[in-house]
Amino acid sequence: MTLFRQIVRVLAPVVGAVVFSVLLLLLVGESPGGALTAMVDGALGTSARVGDTLTAWTTLSLAAAGLAITFTAGLWNIGVEGQVIAGAIAASFVAREVTAPPAIMIFLILLAGFIGGSIWAVLAGLLKVRGKVNEIFGGLGLTFVAISLSTYLIIGPWKRAGVASTGGTDPFPESSWLPTLGDLRVSLVAIFVAILALAVVYVLLRGTRFGLSLRAVGQNLQSSALFGIPNTRYLLTAFALGGALAGMAGAIRVAGFYHKLVPGPGGGHGYLGILIVLLAGYKAKWIAPLAFFFAIVAVGASQLPLQLGLDASLGGILRSVLVLFVLLAGGWQARRATRAKAAPTEEVVA
Amino acid sequence: MSLQLRDIHKHFGPVRANDGISLTVEAGTLHGLLGENGAGKSTLMKILSGFYAPDAGEIILDDETIESSSPRDAIAHGIGMLHQDPLVFLPMSVVDNLLLASPGSARIDRRQARRELAQMSERFGFDLDPSSLVRSLTVGERQQLEIVRLLWLGARVLVLDEPTTGISAPQRVKLFETLRALAAEGMSVIFVSHKLEEVEELCERVTVMRQGKVIGHAEMPTPASQLVEMMFGAAVEVEAAKPIELGDPVLQITGLDVHERLLSIETLSLEVKSGEVIGLAGLEGSGQNTLLRTVAGLISPSGGSIELDGRQIAGFPYRGLLNAGIQYLPAGRLEEGLVQGLTVTEHLVLANPDTPFFVEWDTATENAAETVTEHFIKGRADSFVEELSGGNQQRLLLAMLRPGLRLLMMEHPTRGLDIESANWVWRQLLARREDGTSVIFASADFDELLRYSNRILVFFAGGVIAELNASETDVEELGFLIGGKVRGSR
Repeated sequence: MTLFRQIVRVLAPVVGAVVFSVLLLLLVGESPGGALTAMVDGALGTSARVGDTLTAWTTLSLAAAGLAITFTAGLWNIGVEGQVIAGAIAASFVAREVTAPPAIMIFLILLAGFIGGSIWAVLAGLLKVRGKVNEIFGGLGLTFVAISLSTYLIIGPWKRAGVASTGGTDPFPESSWLPTLGDLRVSLVAIFVAILALAVVYVLLRGTRFGLSLRAVGQNLQSSALFGIPNTRYLLTAFALGGALAGMAGAIRVAGFYHKLVPGPGGGHGYLGILIVLLAGYKAKWIAPLAFFFAIVAVGASQLPLQLGLDASLGGILRSVLVLFVLLAGGWQARRATRAKAAPTEEVVA
Repeated sequence: MSLQLRDIHKHFGPVRANDGISLTVEAGTLHGLLGENGAGKSTLMKILSGFYAPDAGEIILDDETIESSSPRDAIAHGIGMLHQDPLVFLPMSVVDNLLLASPGSARIDRRQARRELAQMSERFGFDLDPSSLVRSLTVGERQQLEIVRLLWLGARVLVLDEPTTGISAPQRVKLFETLRALAAEGMSVIFVSHKLEEVEELCERVTVMRQGKVIGHAEMPTPASQLVEMMFGAAVEVEAAKPIELGDPVLQITGLDVHERLLSIETLSLEVKSGEVIGLAGLEGSGQNTLLRTVAGLISPSGGSIELDGRQIAGFPYRGLLNAGIQYLPAGRLEEGLVQGLTVTEHLVLANPDTPFFVEWDTATENAAETVTEHFIKGRADSFVEELSGGNQQRLLLAMLRPGLRLLMMEHPTRGLDIESANWVWRQLLARREDGTSVIFASADFDELLRYSNRILVFFAGGVIAELNASETDVEELGFLIGGKVRGSR
């Protein structure tokens, strides 16, 4: 596929969704221009907001980068949200319980997120390869467990001094916060980790024997087995790596954004990651710009009720419509592809 | 009912699959349609049966031009197609399969369907139990069910696409009897094949296609050499296997027991010498595939021993055996052998055990382009494997084989290939004997079994009922054995 056609493929659903949302706003008698400006302003208007948007970009990018690995392996890792949460819980544990010099602290927190997310994903993976539980259901179940676990910790063992609150734990000691860039509420470490993850996933999937084998596993388990590829090991590795990146996203959310553990600390960023990789067609190079768009929508939409008295669910609608447009575009392409290939294999002479 | 196709054109992109085909089939004739793979036979039949709309041209049934935009329309006009793989619903009963296709009312009448099924079965001597699940039927019986279904729907033109693939010799005899009986009743039968001897046996008139065009028509009997020349342009010599000195035993199987869900192999023993070619004959699912997969390490045997060069390998995992020099190519080239969505280059990279962790794509693409040329693969290094024709997929699979194999196992090495591709495939396989590689292959093609094997094992219901020296047997003996009979005991 030429680059131009790839860009069209990625952008068409985005444009479609924006146009649809504009029509929707006109229908309810709101000025679309105002709403869209408010959204962009809400995401990028002040340095604090830019910081939030960038932080959201890092977690979305990490989750999506991890998902690019699992989707390539043919795994519908819907449990990614639970993996983000598991990473957040593991990072919170380190942030609360461990004392170390700041640089080591940051490393340990991210490592904890990496391991926590990885374990949660491998659980879904074991359910799949050993227990024949579809990864969609296993992942969803484990997500509920992770959400409950975070709530339990917040009102139980890690409750605030004095009175327990579902608002979260006590803030972590400041030494456990990811260092920010001056006033900008974003951590350079988080940005660096996200960029590094995207680069690694890009190279891994595109340039290595591992990535190629993973694609074979994702496309056809029978053929890949006959190629001598150990399917089970590859599937579990994909889960472990994908979960690890999602877990680091969770670590960044608690140590770089909330600075405490909140119930369901994933904030839906795992699920958003799924939309991003679907839009990106599992290609790592498209994740960064798409994650930025989604970060703007996610952060900016929260400003709508404050500025325009519009419901913040507009952001949700925009995202949902986007999903439908992505699926529509995907289905349309598949149809075109089948038509183009309508010639029976016997007759195709290349 | 007479059928006329006039100037049919169908293009797929730049490929002219059908380029001005005209053809007349008289009522009550058995009309053969011959041509090598890619000649355009299947496209033409799919147009006739409503799967494709032609770009141009007319289909005329008894002086009336018909247009079918779907198989449903076509059968309403009386044109029924029997596909190579019968289109049946495996988990449903025979009678329900029949009812599913019935047009019209929402209410279904099982009792009447059973009655009609019984009548038709009796008429053609089929043995179809209305309540048994189609899953438990053989390919031949599924085909019989399809024929009954098409007749029940009112087919007056019957198109059969390579109908003898995967059915037993007695079932083939029964099929041909049925087709003759139908033709005698005035049905037009179009028999699509690239098997000359079947067309010679069955058909009264033959049309030969090549590269999307009709090359000519012939009244049967016509000498085979003449038909071959029409199909390929010049007479193709069928190559005989060059005899080769056999070496030491490579594979030694003793008292092998394997249990699969529907099939058991018990106490099978076999010795294969270096450079030897062993053919496995038998109905599909009689144990050939089970044996190959067990030796390849894909199924664990429950007893017995398998030795490779004197080393015990029974129960070893597939990957270990692959590295030890045992490779297995399955029948489903695109389903089990290749990965759709990956290019030729990517396949070759994956298949090469020496590929480094970081793939050098430039070198890999150059090497792949060379392989494509060397193996006469019609396609490019960046073609996706699903774009290749069956013959070219098989060429790629052979190109992906590791060098210096001890034992190569294949299922249906030339199924669906034209004579030239088949010859090429066998040249490659036989060349490997020179390095001491032994070959075990399963096939339903008697000529292939007789021509290339040193020995033939005939499987029946999980057991080897005969071990034959290929030079001392013939098609007839094989045919009877495959059906579980010994010659002369009929």
